Amino acid sequence: MLEIKNLKASINDKEILKGLNISIKPGELHAIMGPNGSGKSTLANVLSGKEGYKISGEIKYQGKNLGDISIDERAQKGIFLAFQYPTEIPGVNTSNFLRTSLNKIKKARGEKELDALSFIKMIKEKSKELGMDEKMLSRQLNVGFSGGEKKKNEILQMKILDPNLVILDETDSGLDIDALKTVANGVNTSRDKKNSFLVITHYQRLLNFINPDFVHVLADGKIVKSGSMELATQLEKSGYKGLYSNA
Amino acid sequence: MKTQKDINTQEDYKYGFTTDIESIKAPKGLNENTIKFISKIKKEPQWMLEWRLKAFNRLKKLKEPNWQKPKYPKINYQDLYYYSAPKSASEKPKSLDEVDPKLIETYKKLGIPLQEQKRLSGIAVDAVFDSVSVATTFKDELTKKGIIFCPISEAIIKHPDLVKKYIGSVIPITDHYFATLNSAVFTDGSFVYIPPNVKCPMELSTYFRINASETGQFERTLIIADKGSYVSYLEGCTAPMRDENQLHAANVELIALDDAEIKYSTVQNWYPGDKNGVGGIYNFVTKRGACRGKNSKISWTQVETGSAITWKYPSCILQGDNSVGEFYSIAITNNHQKADTGTKMIHLGKNTKSKIISKGISAGSADNTYRGLVDIGRKALNSRNYTQCDSLLMGNKCGAHTVPYIKNKNSSSTVEHEATTSKINDEQLFYCNQRGLNQEEAVSLIVNGFCKEVLQQLPMEFAVEAQKLVGISLEGSVG
Repeated sequence: MLEIKNLKASINDKEILKGLNISIKPGELHAIMGPNGSGKSTLANVLSGKEGYKISGEIKYQGKNLGDISIDERAQKGIFLAFQYPTEIPGVNTSNFLRTSLNKIKKARGEKELDALSFIKMIKEKSKELGMDEKMLSRQLNVGFSGGEKKKNEILQMKILDPNLVILDETDSGLDIDALKTVANGVNTSRDKKNSFLVITHYQRLLNFINPDFVHVLADGKIVKSGSMELATQLEKSGYKGLYSNA
Repeated sequence: MKTQKDINTQEDYKYGFTTDIESIKAPKGLNENTIKFISKIKKEPQWMLEWRLKAFNRLKKLKEPNWQKPKYPKINYQDLYYYSAPKSASEKPKSLDEVDPKLIETYKKLGIPLQEQKRLSGIAVDAVFDSVSVATTFKDELTKKGIIFCPISEAIIKHPDLVKKYIGSVIPITDHYFATLNSAVFTDGSFVYIPPNVKCPMELSTYFRINASETGQFERTLIIADKGSYVSYLEGCTAPMRDENQLHAANVELIALDDAEIKYSTVQNWYPGDKNGVGGIYNFVTKRGACRGKNSKISWTQVETGSAITWKYPSCILQGDNSVGEFYSIAITNNHQKADTGTKMIHLGKNTKSKIISKGISAGSADNTYRGLVDIGRKALNSRNYTQCDSLLMGNKCGAHTVPYIKNKNSSSTVEHEATTSKINDEQLFYCNQRGLNQEEAVSLIVNGFCKEVLQQLPMEFAVEAQKLVGISLEGSVG
């Protein structure tokens, strides 16, 4: 699904990713943990195609080089980023936005667009699964949403757009335990043999609910250690500093 | 046609074509003979000619105002045509079947079908081409209810008492340079009269088209809603792409009597000029409504996306007690376009209310000014105004300005004013892009969100068109 080789990325002449390698197969869920400033969000931005980075190395998605493909085209090809800080867009109805997005992606895939009624049925079902208040769907996109509501809204979008590669950028931060479980459940019920997940997080607590296949530690722009869920447990105990001193 | 240059490479203005049609013109120049020519060709009664000449005499003593933000080169009023009409329209066609096929075709291209079988459902259209109305649809249906919807030139002949009573009663012929100029040389526009307690069953709409070059269009529209009546009226405007600047100086007067309501919507899409600011319409318009009766209401909604310069302040004079005035505006300026627009709310009656929602969007090297006056008179006790002015900037070469004037002359009234200025931010664009929308779709979505409160005011049939127009007007402004 995703093959990253020796990825370097810099912004304003400051190198943030310094030769990152990772390989994610269909059906796998990888977690990337790391301290502040290690390059986690940069990785998420670079994968989604955000401009402003100088990039070298190779990113292959579904066997093809992503190269200069634009953000919207990547999204249409099934790359989904759940934002760390979902932005507010005043005046834009949450449900309408999602329908526009879904139909854009469906169109790119050569599928039939969804009519308003079927869409409403679908979004109501999915939002119920996530324990979201239906009224939220008719509110302005992310405007006045609580932290938890914003994150749930990201997961709702993920479920509706049905992407191939999901990148969760610190989706767990700022969530209470109930919301965290809801988000984890949203991820678990979306997993299948064909899609892949890259879960970026500071903490072990989300991982407890979603059982990653691999856990990587990102530090100073590189993957410094990879392993199983045990690595996350170890990290939680000894902290990142403990890990470096071992390494 | 010395001025029709090949600027058709600009694809985003799809109404920029010219109709090749033989026309009758008044000789160039602003003088008594031109006015007499117009009056005569329109077969006007003597009183109308005298009224025009009175305005013309007044005009000689007036100077063009110059306090506005957008400046423009001096207009040579002697080098303009004041009347231009398709030859085929000189003998007024009795039915739509007699209308010149070229004109039918022109309106079809503009998306305004005039033929019986293809008419827009639920909308009656008056089509004004340069200086004449060429067709009005649904006349019979409206007549049954006692509603008069016809070209003003026809109303002057057929309904002289109504015209005499109301024309110039909201915008006096002495008002200001452009309004007075219009009173002297106006050519056509629509006339609407809704009898007491009649709710007009369909949208009334006028579509203005400038076709001839070196010609000014002087529209005159008069709408009267008698006691307890209601009407919703919409105007649309387009013009060919030319590298000359053309003047559209309109006067629109609305009168609402007791318990009557007029909803007036404009989607203005005159040719804005090319990307370098060459050509485009000077849209210098005087629009004013009088809430003359108690409990009356006038609501202006405007979506201004075209014109090189837009300079207008659709206003309400709230004379009747408990009357309500509203102004909802979207003004989009891109490239080198300039707008100086807003409203005046003059509160005279008791318990009068007004609401102003203005959304200004600037992109490219454009300049956008909101200018407004809220004037609450001494006797307008317990009156209220709420004003909200939001500006959105795209890029760093454009400008947004807000110039509100507030006068509150009694202590029982309240005025609220809120203003914001914001930029489309990269995070919003990134978010939309990441959900599969391209740059232009993202901008259109964000701007439509910004304008939502105003777009909601438009009649359903036009809201969708207006939303698209908002997107198109800003194409190429980001990235």
